Amino acid sequence: MVQRISLAHGEGGELTHQLIQNVFIKSFGHPEHAQLDSAIVTCPTQTIAVSTDSYVVKPIFFPGGNIGKLAITGTVNDLAVSGAIPQVITAAFIIEEGFQLNELKKVVESMAAEAEIAKVKIIAGDTKVVEKGSVERLFINTTGIGEIRQEHRINPGAIQKGDCVIVSGTVGDHGIAILSARHEHGLFTDVESDCASLNHLIQELVEKIDGIRIMRDPTRGGLATTLVELCEDFHFTVELDEVSIPLRRDVQGACDILGFDPLYLANEGKVVMIVDSKNAHKVLGMMKGNVLGENATIIGHIASCDEQTGKLLLKTAMGTSRRLHRLAGMLLPRIC
Amino acid sequence: MVNMEVFSDPTIARHLLEAVIQLAERFKEERGRIPVFMEVCGSHTMAFAKSGIKTRLKDHVGLIAGPGCPVCVTDQKSIDAMIQLSEAPNRILCTFGDMMRVPGSKFTLMKAKTEGKDIRVVYSPLDSVKIAEENPDKEVIFLGIGFETTIPILALAIREAERKELNNFTIWMTTKLVEPVLRVLLDSGEVKIDGFLLPGHVSIVIGKQSFNFLAEEYETSGVITGFEPVQLLSSMYKLLELLLEKKIDIINDYTYVVKEQGNLVAQDFLKHYLEPHDEEWRGMSAIPKSGLVLKEKYAQFDAKKKFKVVIEEPRKTKCRCGEIIRGLITPEQCVLFNKGCTPTNPIGPCMVSTEGTCAAHYQYMREE
Repeated sequence: MVQRISLAHGEGGELTHQLIQNVFIKSFGHPEHAQLDSAIVTCPTQTIAVSTDSYVVKPIFFPGGNIGKLAITGTVNDLAVSGAIPQVITAAFIIEEGFQLNELKKVVESMAAEAEIAKVKIIAGDTKVVEKGSVERLFINTTGIGEIRQEHRINPGAIQKGDCVIVSGTVGDHGIAILSARHEHGLFTDVESDCASLNHLIQELVEKIDGIRIMRDPTRGGLATTLVELCEDFHFTVELDEVSIPLRRDVQGACDILGFDPLYLANEGKVVMIVDSKNAHKVLGMMKGNVLGENATIIGHIASCDEQTGKLLLKTAMGTSRRLHRLAGMLLPRIC
Repeated sequence: MVNMEVFSDPTIARHLLEAVIQLAERFKEERGRIPVFMEVCGSHTMAFAKSGIKTRLKDHVGLIAGPGCPVCVTDQKSIDAMIQLSEAPNRILCTFGDMMRVPGSKFTLMKAKTEGKDIRVVYSPLDSVKIAEENPDKEVIFLGIGFETTIPILALAIREAERKELNNFTIWMTTKLVEPVLRVLLDSGEVKIDGFLLPGHVSIVIGKQSFNFLAEEYETSGVITGFEPVQLLSSMYKLLELLLEKKIDIINDYTYVVKEQGNLVAQDFLKHYLEPHDEEWRGMSAIPKSGLVLKEKYAQFDAKKKFKVVIEEPRKTKCRCGEIIRGLITPEQCVLFNKGCTPTNPIGPCMVSTEGTCAAHYQYMREE
């Protein structure tokens, strides 16, 4: 008989206790934090970074990961690209009544495994069970706290003309992996999600190399939307070189068939950085030395600074330049 | 095997681009003006804009987008009718993604979906047959827009529904054929065109021979082409060569997929299930026998016969899609472009379809 989550698992009684003990604490450890209503942590520094994100990916299991792994990597990466060293994470689960217990265990075990890789502790959590149809299977929220070390603070104020834009690898993998996993639109590929914790790679770069101005992880909206936001927020113009942007052939192929632009597809294990051109090759070399950055590439540069409205330009293979904008609405597959 | 990567190789494309410019300059010297080509297919319009070819060639070759975007050429009444289909209960509306954001006189399918209507984006009409099978207590309606590229798949969906004896699956057919509209354009003499870049995907179905009428009756050349930069530029080069040598011909420059006779199996499907019909085109009114509809024998699968939709006269706007699809004006000449009409707040279908000329210009050709 398949064991399933029932509404009683969320009632706060014996079943809730069993669920917490047998599933969450069993995987996440740190029972010492489960004794009070809050987890008590000591701040290693005066300045901390806090980030929160909710994960509602569909399907919850996909090639290269699942919603649990993503809930860790996503929050870890948000902290890491802010220049923080991720320390602790909380996890809140909203579970649809009838969800299989063994699937929940699988998700939780992936979270524990990814937390181990990222060296973050999962120290607090919450579980709610809602009636069938109120959510789709399982939603997770994670909140992370990271330590900011003054000596390694990133410095967007120093951005200047000629700085390089570096992406740590191929773009659009996660977006296509999810689309293929849905088996919608008749799309079948071998593309796996790139979801991965980037904090060790980023920490090594920040500690060893000067001149990293700013970093972002190009998740929803893709590389283009992320860079458009940076350009507008910090008033500079970036010129990307279309030909140099790393792209898997199968991702390109899937995009051609569906009419999608890979620059607008989500990534979950990539970082885009703006780096002083003097140190760009050092950054590139160090990235390439890590499996998570082996396809790292310089994809563009800062064309000008101190503009009222920054913009993102794409230099095409034809030598023309066009402006890239935020993703307008949703990506929808085309007719022919 | 065809090595597809060659077709998007930037080095080859750049060399070809220079070669095209050289021929275009020779044309300009001889005739005192630049050559003007029409790309019939909406995907070509997109590819020209996205790759940067159109911008790069703007002083050398005029490229006019033709009536080849299936959503854009659909008249407003048909669009309103399709959107209105979503209003009745107990229905699942299946559509290609392009239709979701197309503005109706009252609302869009996207808005209807947000309000809880069951509207599903599918990649293939066959997916909607499956949905009908899985939901026997609901009426599943597929919004069947498209040119010859798409129509055989609509026919295939009907065959599947017939085979599965489904009585809850219908298609709202509003299909379009390429030849009749090209004849109307050429007969009208509204636009001066030196040659056509002919649609690769449509040609796979109808064959190269279907375009011979352009050369034989209208003394206009055409080259059937693919969708990658190298293919597009190669075909432009061949078209320019024909013009400079004062030859008139239809060239198949997409030989690895397009045959002289086309896809005979697909054509048989069309003949079996469908028959010609006078279709309304946006900005052009009805064109005789310019579309295909289900034969009377298959009326049970015809949503237009099964469901009654009352539509009012469409809301009048300043949208000039009708002139844009006839190649009379460019998007920038429309007062709404990038002001009242943007992809997030579209007034006409050309701004939201993935093959729309306004969408191509908005997304890929704005410099500001």
